[in-house]
Amino acid sequence: MPSAKDIKRRIEHGIPDARADVEDLTGGGDHFRATVVSPAFAGRSRIEQHRMVYDVFGDEVGGPIHALSIKTHSEG
Amino acid sequence: MSDDNTQIRDAIKNAIDENRVILFMKGTPEQPACGFSARTVATLQALRTPFAAVDILPHPAIRQELSALSNWPTIPQLFVDGELVGGCDIVTEMYANGELAELVGVEQPADAPVEAAAAPQPGQSPPMQIQDRP
Repeated sequence: MPSAKDIKRRIEHGIPDARADVEDLTGGGDHFRATVVSPAFAGRSRIEQHRMVYDVFGDEVGGPIHALSIKTHSEG
Repeated sequence: MSDDNTQIRDAIKNAIDENRVILFMKGTPEQPACGFSARTVATLQALRTPFAAVDILPHPAIRQELSALSNWPTIPQLFVDGELVGGCDIVTEMYANGELAELVGVEQPADAPVEAAAAPQPGQSPPMQIQDRP
């Protein structure tokens, strides 16, 4: 089971210059909430921004990661 | 890909084409099977917009085909005018800032934050593939 820290690290490695705050909503390692700030989001629609975060995890979202709730911002 | 999957994919495409506002969810609006689906239903109900709902739980291929089609990994998924709007987070955010009301073409309820939206009551309706909500 990934921890909130693992999720944070992967988002920050996967998206250019991203900063992520990640919370494990249930403590069970499968429901997370992430707030992600990255300049790479600028000019992209909200849905594209969320897809960029989901894409970091591929098939894991909806699989071992049951839920990944996302909020994205292009600047802090 | 099996014929079954092709059939399911065609049914999903048709449902999206034929219903201006359509929600793919876990469970039904009367008996949502997941908190995120429940919240999204409550948001649409707060807007008083008609919407169709598809329960993805009866067959794993529904979800598989839907996600392949929409390029979106999680459920629920809301479509308006044939376009994916997003899941619970985006729907909630767009409701709060009035974008969702504008998109579906209804008045933003002045006094209805989504937290206060009526929780769906358990109902007696049978499991269904697609439900039109007038």
